[in-house]
Amino acid sequence: MEKEHKSQTAHRYGMVIDLDKCTGCASCMVACMTENNVPFKTDESNKQDSITWMRVYKLTNGKSFPNTDICFLPRPCMHCGGIGNHGHSPCVSVCPATATDYSRETGIVSQIYTRCFGCRYCLAACPYHARYFNWWDPVWPAGMEKYLSPNVSPRMRGVVEKCSFCFHRYQLAKDRAFMEKRREIREDEYQTACTQACPAGAITFGDLDDPKHAVYGLKKDKNAFRLLERLQTNPKVYYISSREWVRRSGDNYLSN
Amino acid sequence: MDSALIPKGLKRCPFGPFVMGIGAVSAVLLWGVFAMLLVWIKGLNQTNMNDYYGFALWIWADLTVIALGGGAFFTGFLRYIIGKDELKNIINYAVLIGFICYSSAQLILGIDVGQPLRGWFIFWHANVHSMLTEVAFCLTAYFGVLTIEYLPLILENRQIDKVPFFHHLSHNLHEIMAVFAATGAFLSFFHQGSLGGVSGVLFGRPFGFREGVFIWPWTFFLFTWSAAAAGPCFTILITKITEVVTQKKLVKDNVIDLLAKISGWMLATYIVVKIVDTWYWATVTAPSKGFNFMDFYSDNAFYGPWILMLEIILGGIIPAVILITERWRKNPGFFITAIVLAVIGVCVNRWVMVLQVLAVPVLPFDRWILYYPSWQEVATTILPVAYGIILIALSYRYLPIFPQEQELNPVK
Repeated sequence: MEKEHKSQTAHRYGMVIDLDKCTGCASCMVACMTENNVPFKTDESNKQDSITWMRVYKLTNGKSFPNTDICFLPRPCMHCGGIGNHGHSPCVSVCPATATDYSRETGIVSQIYTRCFGCRYCLAACPYHARYFNWWDPVWPAGMEKYLSPNVSPRMRGVVEKCSFCFHRYQLAKDRAFMEKRREIREDEYQTACTQACPAGAITFGDLDDPKHAVYGLKKDKNAFRLLERLQTNPKVYYISSREWVRRSGDNYLSN
Repeated sequence: MDSALIPKGLKRCPFGPFVMGIGAVSAVLLWGVFAMLLVWIKGLNQTNMNDYYGFALWIWADLTVIALGGGAFFTGFLRYIIGKDELKNIINYAVLIGFICYSSAQLILGIDVGQPLRGWFIFWHANVHSMLTEVAFCLTAYFGVLTIEYLPLILENRQIDKVPFFHHLSHNLHEIMAVFAATGAFLSFFHQGSLGGVSGVLFGRPFGFREGVFIWPWTFFLFTWSAAAAGPCFTILITKITEVVTQKKLVKDNVIDLLAKISGWMLATYIVVKIVDTWYWATVTAPSKGFNFMDFYSDNAFYGPWILMLEIILGGIIPAVILITERWRKNPGFFITAIVLAVIGVCVNRWVMVLQVLAVPVLPFDRWILYYPSWQEVATTILPVAYGIILIALSYRYLPIFPQEQELNPVK
């Protein structure tokens, strides 16, 4: 089995989001919540304790009319690889119970809900606020439990959850490939829910290291950037924007 | 009524007022227990924590009580390893205070985690790269050491001591206490340090992140150092409060003076290193992450530059100077001011290294988030204080904690 594992090609799944195309419609957020059985509160007005694996931020250039400009920035988990892509992501290295892990097969940062005991150290470690704690038990409106996805386990109160790059879809694609006696899966066989839901086609998903995948070329776009590059978290989510102020919004720069 | 339990040759208040006092503190304790049960039954939604503040009042309380309880390991180290024999007159109390602090820390951690029944996962599925894992192992082990150190004191109760087995056990434990003191100092170095490492390793949080040596960020050493400096100050402070409450002198001045002097030098050296650390962080580390020093202090009044001044000048330099200057140290007013300021200094340090780390926005388009605790958080944080008062009251009444008490307060 170890031999078989070693023979597998390592992937580095990631995302490229074209911010010039994003309209801020939040379809990605809705698709993500539906796909992953993300719980919600009766009153969602307090965003500081509501769970949004994919969150769309509204950025502004801070200028007044007529020079004002806005940009919507969808933010999933960055699935940071850390320096040298060795899996030293901010959250994985701090979890005391190994409840979050970095897959060398996919580059995806997982969250093991049944092992998490809710210390929330990972929340403190993540600079992207991509991690969420279940402050409440999930309560679904009557009848809605029948519409939950059977492929994703709902989480209980007291554990942390986050975007998994729809990892269950990867598993399903791998299963299908196995049944068809294939070792590898094609780009279109594994796509995240947010990617497919985006009406503007702003999100592209695939293997960042595979030249056959669209993200491979897109990440090299001259206008591509990542959030908080200076922290050396090595995120797997890239953004593209032709607007300089948007690109500069991706990191902190000293005024001088 | 309970005179048979009170150590020979010592005078205690009548049983009635004692029970009344314990009853009053127990009411506060029950309030805390009620809040604790609410949190356990209903979950952490009873708190004002949120996804920005995954750590808050409780983690601050944990870090703080462990720093303040550092008096136990450092006094033990001085007494048994360095050989400062005079400190045998305060070591019992230092151990008791340490025991209270560490048991409180474990209780608070038990309330703070989202799934308390899975708390053992930290040992079973341990991630050796996590500072919290190191904290959990060393803290638990050291609590065991503190229990062993506190045990002979319990066995010295007048009635228990009559049982030959307990008498000999107590005697033999005293004989080998240096081994436990050394073990305690070793374990404390690591868990005090790893508590400092908790924020120091967060390379995604420029306010807390520090470079360091090998796997340990500078905060690792700073936390151990500051605990060794401020822990004995807290032991002295509680001793002084106990003397006020009991209206008795319990420890001779030369003992307090020696501990305060050592503490003062620890604080003085610590604060020099802390200033160097702050300077390096402000001019090298933070700018390398894209932050100006004042980015961390200019958004709101609460996290203004005053908090840094409070920690370093009021809570560090001033008490250090007072405690290392014999003339000022021997002035009762200056002395108690220095002790209180040193304790405040370490409390503020732990506060900013937990709360301000999370308050500062890292994403350029994010904003500062401030936090205030819910009453349930406050009640469960006061709970250990009430528990501590009760344990001190019971220990003082029934155990010979202060070896010099009889000499200083002869019963007529």
